[in-house]
Amino acid sequence: MSQIIQDKVIDEKLEWSRINADVIASMQNPRRAYWITVAVCVAMFLCAIAAEIYQYKYGLGSAGLSNPHMWDMYIATFVFWIGMSHAGTLLSAILHIIHAQWRKPIYRFAEAMTTFSLMTAGFFPMIHLGRVWNLYWVLPYVSDRGIWPNFRSPLVWDAFAISTYLSSSALFLFIGMIPDMAILRDHTTGWRKKFYGILCLGWRGDDRQWRNFRRTYMLLACFLIPLAISVHSIVSSDFAMSIMPGWHVTTFPPYFVAGALYSGCAAIMTLFVCLRYFFRMEEYMTLNIMEKTCKLTFAIAMVWTYLNLIEFSATWYGHNMYDKELLIDKAVGPYAPVFWTMIFCGMVVPFTLCFQKLRRHMPSMFVVSILLNLGMYVERWMIVAPTLTLSHQPHQWDVLWGTVIEWAIVFGSFGWFGLLFLVFVKLFPCVSMYEVKELCFHLKHEIEEEEHEKKHAAKAAEKAGGGASPAGNPGLEGA
Amino acid sequence: MSSHRLLAMFKDFDDAFDVVDKIKGKALSGVEIEDVTMMSPIEHPDVDEKLGDRPSNIGYFTLMGAIFGVSFGFFFLSSAQASFLVQPQGGKPVIPLPTNFVLMYEMLIFFSVWTTVFVFLGMSGLLSRRGTLYSEKLTVDEIGLVVEVEDDKLDSVKNFFKENQALEIREEKV
Repeated sequence: MSQIIQDKVIDEKLEWSRINADVIASMQNPRRAYWITVAVCVAMFLCAIAAEIYQYKYGLGSAGLSNPHMWDMYIATFVFWIGMSHAGTLLSAILHIIHAQWRKPIYRFAEAMTTFSLMTAGFFPMIHLGRVWNLYWVLPYVSDRGIWPNFRSPLVWDAFAISTYLSSSALFLFIGMIPDMAILRDHTTGWRKKFYGILCLGWRGDDRQWRNFRRTYMLLACFLIPLAISVHSIVSSDFAMSIMPGWHVTTFPPYFVAGALYSGCAAIMTLFVCLRYFFRMEEYMTLNIMEKTCKLTFAIAMVWTYLNLIEFSATWYGHNMYDKELLIDKAVGPYAPVFWTMIFCGMVVPFTLCFQKLRRHMPSMFVVSILLNLGMYVERWMIVAPTLTLSHQPHQWDVLWGTVIEWAIVFGSFGWFGLLFLVFVKLFPCVSMYEVKELCFHLKHEIEEEEHEKKHAAKAAEKAGGGASPAGNPGLEGA
Repeated sequence: MSSHRLLAMFKDFDDAFDVVDKIKGKALSGVEIEDVTMMSPIEHPDVDEKLGDRPSNIGYFTLMGAIFGVSFGFFFLSSAQASFLVQPQGGKPVIPLPTNFVLMYEMLIFFSVWTTVFVFLGMSGLLSRRGTLYSEKLTVDEIGLVVEVEDDKLDSVKNFFKENQALEIREEKV
C-alpha cells in the first residue's frame, strides 16, 4: 500500500454535497449525551455563580486567600486556562503554515477552544482581585490625578497581551468560518438562514474573495504564533520577575509555553473524542487524525518533561538554599501527593501514547487525555502554591488546600468553558466543510497522480524488458 | 449599449478551466480573461495560473498596520510615562525601553491583525451590495464562471457556454 493511501486521514471519495449534509445534520441532531453534558455544565457553572456571590458578599477570606496565599488556586487556574488556549494556535496556525493537511477536519474546534479558554481565563484575575469593581484600574487610561498604570509591571503586560490574544484569536476563528457560514446560509432555513446570512458577510466564493481570504488567513496565522508565545511568556513573567524561590527561573517562559501546548493538545484529544461521539463525526474525525494528534502530544510531552527535569537539576546543582528546600518540600512535604500526581500524569502517562492499539481506542484516549489534563492542572498548582507556602519568611509558612468557595469557582469554570464550547458547536460547524472538501480534492488528485505514475512506470518497464517480464511483479523480479 | 452579466455553472474545475483556456485563446470574441470571475466552493490551487496574475495587496496594509502599531505603542507609552513624574523611578529611566518593547510588540500585533481584517473585508467586497447573480450550488460542488457581455454578444456567449458543458446559465441585466 502506498504511503499516501496509508496516511490518508479521510476518505477522499466523500461527495462534497454529502459533506455539507452530514455536518449540517450533525449540528441539528446531536446525540442525547450532548444535552446531558450541557446540563452538567450548567449545573457546574451555577455552583461557581453561587460561590462567587458568596465571595463577593463576604470577601476573599471565604476563599482562604490571605497572607501569604494571595494567589493560590485562582491564579493557578488562570495559568491553566491560558495554557489551554494555545491548542488552537498550535493546531490551526502552526500546522496551517507548515501545510499539515490532517488538521483540516479538527482545527475549527481547536480555534474555538482558544477563544473560550481565554474568556474563561480572563475571569480569574478579576475573581482573585476581590474588589472586582476596581478591575478597570489596570486599563491604560489616565486618571483625574494624572496617574497611569505601571507599564513596567508584568501584570499590566498581562492585560495588554490577553486582550490582544483574545481579539486576534476571535478574529482568526471568525474569518476562518466565513465560507462555512455561506454554506449554512445556502442550505438552512428559517432563523438559521438569516443568522448565517448576516455572519457570512455576503460571501460568494469568487476568486478575488478566495485569494484575499487565503492571504488574510495566512497573515493572521503568522501573527498568532508569536502572539501566543508572547502571551504565555508574559504570564510566566508574572512569576519569573519576582524574587520568590521557585519562581525566579530563567527557563520559565519556554517551560510555560511547552506546558501550554501540552495541555492544549490533551484538551484537543478530550474534545475530539466527545465531539466525534456527540455529533456522529466518525467519518471526519478519523482514527488516523487521532493518531497524529497523539503523536504530536507525545512529542510535546517529552519537551515538557525535559524542561521540567532541567529545572529540577538547575535548582539542585544551583545550591540556592531556598530553591533547593522548596524542591525537596515539593517532593516530600505536604504537597507531595499533588507533586507526584503531576509527575505521574505529566511524565509517565504520555508513554501510553506510544501504543498504536491504545491510540486508536477512543475510550482509552479519553481517559488518557483527562489524566494528562489533570497532570497539567496540578502542575500549575505546583508552580503557585508551594512557593507561597514556603517563602523567605518562616513566620509566613502556611499550607493552604483551598476552601469550598475556591474549589467551587474553579470547578464551575470548567462548566462555563464547557457551556460556551457546546453552544458554539451546536450553532457553528465543528468541522470545517470547505477545508474538508479541499482535503478530499487534494487527496484524490494525489492518489490519481500516484496511480498514473505507477502505470507509467509499469509500461516503461514492460517496454524495457521486451514484454517478457511484466514490471511490478515482485515475484518474477525476485526470482 | 446595455450589458448583461452571465453566470455559467460547470460540473467541476476541469470543465470550467477548459472554458477559461478557450477564452484565453480568444475563442470567444468580446470577452477577455480579465473580465472572467470564477466562483467555487473551494479555492483551486491553479486558479491564479489559469486566470492570470491578480495580486492581493493585503500584505502592504498589514505592514502599515504593524508600523502604526509599534509607533503608536512607543509614543503612547512614552508620553504617558513622561507625564507621570510622580511615579517613583528608583534610579531607572523615565522611559524604560526594554519593558516598553513588550507592550510595543503587543500593539504591533494588535494593529496589524485588525488592519488585515478590515482590509480583507474591503478588498474582498464583503459587506457591500453586489449583484444577485448567484447559485446555491456554488457552495456544494459546482463551479461558476461570471462574465459581463454586451447585449449583441449575449446569445453567442450563451451558446459558447452551452457547447462547453455548462450545466446551467443564469443572467442579470447590469
